[in-house]
Amino acid sequence: MSILGNRVLRREDPKLLTSGGTYVGDLDLPGVLSLTFVRSTIAHGRIERIDLAEAKAAPGVVGVYTHDDLGLPPMPPGMAFLNAEMTRPLLASGVVRYVGEAVAAIVAESAAAGADAAELVVIDYEPLPVLIDPADALKDETLLYPGTGTNNTFSLQFGHDETLFDGCEVVVRQRIVNQRVAPCPLETRAAAAFIEPDGRLMFYSSTQTAHGVRDTLATSLGIEPEQIHVVTPDVGGGFGAKASVYAEDIVTAWCARRVGQPVRWSETRSESMLGLGHGRGQIQDVEIGGTRDGRVLAYRIDVLQDSGAYPAIGAVLPFMTRTMATGVYDIARAECNSNSVVTNTVPTVAYRGAGRPEATAALERVMDCYASEIGMDPAELRRKNLIAADAFPFTTPTGTEYDSGNYVGAFDLALEMAGYAELRSAQEARRAEGGARQLGIGISTYVEITNGVPEGEYGAVEIRPDGRAIVRTGTSPHGQGHHTAWSMLVSEQLGIAMEDIEVIHGDTDLVPRGVGTFGSRSLQVGGAAVNQAAIEVVDKARWLAADLLEADAADVVLDKSVGAFHVAGTPAISRDWGELARLSLDRDGAPLMAQVDLDSPGATFPFGTHIAVVEVDTETGMVELVRHVAVDDAGRILNPLLAEGQVHGGIAQGAAQALLEEFSYDAAGNPLTGNFADYSIISAAELPSFETAFTETPTPRNPLGAKGIGESGTIGSTPAVHNAVVDAVSHLGVRHIDMATTPERVWQAIQAAAAHRSAESAEGAA
Amino acid sequence: MNVTMTLNGSDVSHDVEPRTLLVQFIRDAAGLKGTNVGCDTTSCGACTVLLDGRSVKSCTVLAAQADGSSVTTIEGLAEADGTMHPVQRAFHEKHGLQCGYCTPGMVMAIVSLIAERGDHELTEHDIRLGLEGNLCRCTGYHNIVEAAMAAARAPELRS
Repeated sequence: MSILGNRVLRREDPKLLTSGGTYVGDLDLPGVLSLTFVRSTIAHGRIERIDLAEAKAAPGVVGVYTHDDLGLPPMPPGMAFLNAEMTRPLLASGVVRYVGEAVAAIVAESAAAGADAAELVVIDYEPLPVLIDPADALKDETLLYPGTGTNNTFSLQFGHDETLFDGCEVVVRQRIVNQRVAPCPLETRAAAAFIEPDGRLMFYSSTQTAHGVRDTLATSLGIEPEQIHVVTPDVGGGFGAKASVYAEDIVTAWCARRVGQPVRWSETRSESMLGLGHGRGQIQDVEIGGTRDGRVLAYRIDVLQDSGAYPAIGAVLPFMTRTMATGVYDIARAECNSNSVVTNTVPTVAYRGAGRPEATAALERVMDCYASEIGMDPAELRRKNLIAADAFPFTTPTGTEYDSGNYVGAFDLALEMAGYAELRSAQEARRAEGGARQLGIGISTYVEITNGVPEGEYGAVEIRPDGRAIVRTGTSPHGQGHHTAWSMLVSEQLGIAMEDIEVIHGDTDLVPRGVGTFGSRSLQVGGAAVNQAAIEVVDKARWLAADLLEADAADVVLDKSVGAFHVAGTPAISRDWGELARLSLDRDGAPLMAQVDLDSPGATFPFGTHIAVVEVDTETGMVELVRHVAVDDAGRILNPLLAEGQVHGGIAQGAAQALLEEFSYDAAGNPLTGNFADYSIISAAELPSFETAFTETPTPRNPLGAKGIGESGTIGSTPAVHNAVVDAVSHLGVRHIDMATTPERVWQAIQAAAAHRSAESAEGAA
Repeated sequence: MNVTMTLNGSDVSHDVEPRTLLVQFIRDAAGLKGTNVGCDTTSCGACTVLLDGRSVKSCTVLAAQADGSSVTTIEGLAEADGTMHPVQRAFHEKHGLQCGYCTPGMVMAIVSLIAERGDHELTEHDIRLGLEGNLCRCTGYHNIVEAAMAAARAPELRS
């Protein structure tokens, strides 16, 4: 019986549960020094003077360094097609561009000594005008990079048709803010470095991409990648924000080379809130048009993307937003244009969904506005416009080709699980009673793109002389459970027990190549590579067994129940994996092994429907999420336990954006939510248990039939919860509330709607 | 100053600076790295340990305050023969952890929550409120709550 598709418990757990993981901060590095950064306290200013004298003389300080000491080139923008002149010095050079930017680096004998010395560094700034609102940045009146003449780092044009909405009986417009949020992995950024006796650089990193770190370090430091050994020990979450290499990583390596001793950098949470990249940060102007009976005909979205002070991956999120602009609906005409601008804020990066949640949030919010405008139930409007199950592969008006889907299937199941009709009745009853606590129901149907930046992946399977298997993968898990998942795939092909399979990842010496874990790519590319390597190693073993059994390889079969090969029909005489591995070593001088560099099989498109139920106290604006139903389809599910875990975490993060979380600045660029006391990171007390289910529509684009599941929960949940909040108070005349739907915003919206109504009735009376 | 405590059943004694936090004593002086630090505002609970049987955030207790006390960390929870504590077992069986960073603190908080319930049957609501000070970014808390409910029903933890 196949192990695939079963709820297999994780192999990672026992260690994490009994002694805890080994994160960068836990590594025992004899003689390790501590690296502390002195960070800008203002949002924009010219550095007039830096006085390091007192800090250098402080107890326990080994060295204090600024940009001029480094002698390293600036980091280019995060992607090749961004404005190439907007580079980032590793430590601020002449100008600081956001609160939290590193200005000086202190190497000290302890973190406490470093923190004490940081207080003694004196920096004089000449303040410069501050840009926080991307709309102000777009005007190009104040420039962050005066030499470039613009704040725009990336523009995307897709359609400028003034007749786009011709023939539409209804056109609805809405400005939607998809607010800036902080990713908040529980482990903050950390790195440690030292020089090996042979001169190579050893670098430990809390990252989602070990090989990417190696290659970026090599470029920045001007040394060969072979001279660097990157290891990722356990990694305490990433959510996309640890897929980038940061300036501090490079400075850590530089310091280790400079002082000739091990150096570790472990940032505090308050530093991390201003250092780890932020997510989202879009202002969207959205228009949707169609017929009075609910047929959507045209859609337009203009995106203003906040890139933060130094353009990184966040600046190109509009590309993904455009890719998924029309979502699950069959819409004939669409336009999507965008501008990405720099501001005096923390740079934006990839955060769970990265450009796709923004697309879904915009579309699903205006679908509700449209339903409200024509007086149609939002579920009925959606059903009427879903792409039919027999329409795949389906090409959207923005040029995206969806692989497979059954949107109606997931949609109907979600409505059934939620008891949609009963919920609407309950809502009616509450409204009729007129009490303070009103019910809101929000729907979101989504499709998203995984493995959206199509790259291949490395996978290898080696059989050891004792019959055990070693798997090497280029993926870089940080909670996803690849040890368990990859062992399942290999056990299935080889007939070797899972506990006899070791999975190696995140070590650039032990794994020659790798891309990493982000964009929900791992199973469909990395898992598929490992699966293919397992198939190929079986093929090699069959030839070896044929020699030993003096038979034709075509007649040799693998009995997976015992992990041994025999001639078909004569199972009594067999050769097990260990014997074949020893033969390979003894006779051929090479391990029994298969390596695969899998080309990207192309992007896949998971989809689903989420339904949220909220209760809103109309007197206080307080929102409680009371139910969340999620039906997700990520193709064939390898391990439902792991897949559900991904969905649960995604729902929580997505709901958090709709309800609570928002990274905000004052007009002078001071962060107002720069620690866990001020930033409303969601807790268990603010969430219900979730009601989840999968439908399984396999993709034809990889042999596993798998799509990514890492980000679906986030993408589906945000608009469902957001729509539910607005729905709870829509009978009071509220049409839209920006996220996060805090009590203050909800209360304000109710008050504004009431004022509007009374003004209208006064006008009517006059 | 000298601080002495019983840490996971063994007596430990170290000379530390007076400002040393309990979590620093555990991690740096005693070398037990299972207890993590996730914030600097006593918000996340990753550093939760048991101090004389009750959960505390060890980033907000001075080592000196624990002088003469008994402290239990994640490393001290399983039996000597490796048998996991019912809360640890429930986390494994219910998939209550992903990256593992919040896990030691989360497990210790739940051990304390179950111990403190008295005759009261823990409801989902009790558990969610009781874990408000322990943040997890991976699991959405769903399976953590499931694990806590399952552990609370474990015969070994019935008083």
